[in-house]
Amino acid sequence: MRKPASQLRRNWAKLRRNKAALFGGFILGVYLFTALGAPLLFTGSPSAPNLIMSLEGPSAEHPLGTDELGRSILGRIIWGSRVSLLIALGVVSVGLFVGVPFGLISGYYGGRIDFVIQRLTDMMLAFPGFLLALGLVAVLGVGLKNTVVSIGISMIPIYIRLVRGCVLTVREQVYVEAARAVGTRDFKILLRHILPNVMVPITVQTSLGMGNAILFAAGLGFLGIGVQPPTPEWGAMLGSGRAYLFNAPHVATFPGIAIFLSVLSFNLLGDGLRDALDPRFKL
Amino acid sequence: MLQYVIKRLLSTVPVLIGISLLLFFMLRMLPGDPAQVLAGQMATPEEIENIRTQLGLNEPIHVQYGKFLTRLVQLDLGRSARTQNPVAVEVWARLPNTMLLAVVAITLACVFGIPAGILSAVRPYTWMDYLVTSAALFGISMPVFWLGLMLVVIFSILLHWLPAGGTGTWQHVILPSVTLASFVVAFIARMTRSTMIEVLSQDYITTARSKGLQEQVVIIKHALKNALIPIITVVGLQFGLLLGGAVLTETVFAWPGIGRLIVDSILARDYPMIQGTILIFGLLYILVNLVVDIVYAWVDPRIHYD
Repeated sequence: MRKPASQLRRNWAKLRRNKAALFGGFILGVYLFTALGAPLLFTGSPSAPNLIMSLEGPSAEHPLGTDELGRSILGRIIWGSRVSLLIALGVVSVGLFVGVPFGLISGYYGGRIDFVIQRLTDMMLAFPGFLLALGLVAVLGVGLKNTVVSIGISMIPIYIRLVRGCVLTVREQVYVEAARAVGTRDFKILLRHILPNVMVPITVQTSLGMGNAILFAAGLGFLGIGVQPPTPEWGAMLGSGRAYLFNAPHVATFPGIAIFLSVLSFNLLGDGLRDALDPRFKL
Repeated sequence: MLQYVIKRLLSTVPVLIGISLLLFFMLRMLPGDPAQVLAGQMATPEEIENIRTQLGLNEPIHVQYGKFLTRLVQLDLGRSARTQNPVAVEVWARLPNTMLLAVVAITLACVFGIPAGILSAVRPYTWMDYLVTSAALFGISMPVFWLGLMLVVIFSILLHWLPAGGTGTWQHVILPSVTLASFVVAFIARMTRSTMIEVLSQDYITTARSKGLQEQVVIIKHALKNALIPIITVVGLQFGLLLGGAVLTETVFAWPGIGRLIVDSILARDYPMIQGTILIFGLLYILVNLVVDIVYAWVDPRIHYD
């Protein structure tokens, strides 16, 4: 007799049928491959200047041209994918592991716990995302680690607010009342009955969060207060290319496309995950 | 409702205290002497000593905090280390510019984003849905500063239709607000679509349809009202983002708002100015959160506040 397919297998089958999600997964796969294989894909130093080759257009030697210091833009984009993906993973981990539990507790218990968590959230939300990150960078200083910490902290209140908002509705549902009536412990209710029913917005937020992390980091780099040169970072590359927009537009164009595609891949994959994880959704 | 509003207003007091504590400790977390940091690198020893006396840095920490609160209540935020002008004056002068951009952008975003999200959700997997979702994905994924630069190249440099930067006329508002709105509109359309799809699969929607109600009534009165909570959350959060002056947009378009002021201040390590801008954002954002919470209770009677 054939064994029934597991939930995971069914979700995977749904995800595979979603072409947009597959495309997103493919782009993300290329980025992962690029990030992991950077030393093999571009053997020279991405940061060593070569002023004779300054602001050269795309050629066979440098397929995406060179920047103002004569460095290969392709090489810097390849090495920059490591930096961007590292930032995205770090930032979302901070947001998820702190924000979701607090959002669940706040929405489920209500009362004083909710009051305290929400006032702390308000305090953090009093500094809108990107600005909170800017403020933290002002105190912590620039650099890769501080960029991740600053952006990660700025994402926490978004998860708390989103999860709490959904829990407020879910906790009133009959199945939660039923679970409470038969004496199920709160921890189990939160984990088994409430969390799965708020997973859709969390998934959407996480996929957007990874894209946003890349955008935020690129924004900080663009302003000159994120990851510092000579580390190849897409936002900083775009920022330095801004001055040459008219005589060498490729300097700003290609890093912009790299940012766009990486964020797009997270968004496409996130959408696909949303569709696959929601049992009420049919393709 | 009035009782709730009063209760909610009172609940902002601890947040205000929290913001003041954050601002207070922000300077003290910095390496080095806070008086030197506040005075700036070019300050004379006398100026540094004056600030030290003014802040009471030799006194116990609770006395320092008390003095800090007193100055805060009087909106005495000190002087900019960069320009030597009072911080409150500089922040106040730039606030209307940032508010103008934020209000125009959020209005554009709601007017286009919510209807686009609804259209996409009620006709899933049609060309309309694919158009909206693709456009939203592009909007969310595109770096706003890159889009801003491209718009300047197209509409200012090539076509000579609109000014590339600055402020003064309504034409100056178009490019920065469209750039800002492009990101937010995509976000709102996306959240509206995903929430509406979820709501439209609920049993009460099937019931409403089986009663023979018009599709428009089902969508607007039954579905949209129930989908509004996550949408309002997103609009509220995005408005906060915009209140931040959309730092990047202001930088690209040389727009004299608070967002650009805070970047200039961070680059110049002008901490009194950083404190001032953070305080103003805090106060404004508390107001936005208050409005969002009141709207929650209005659109969803299932939510009770104890």
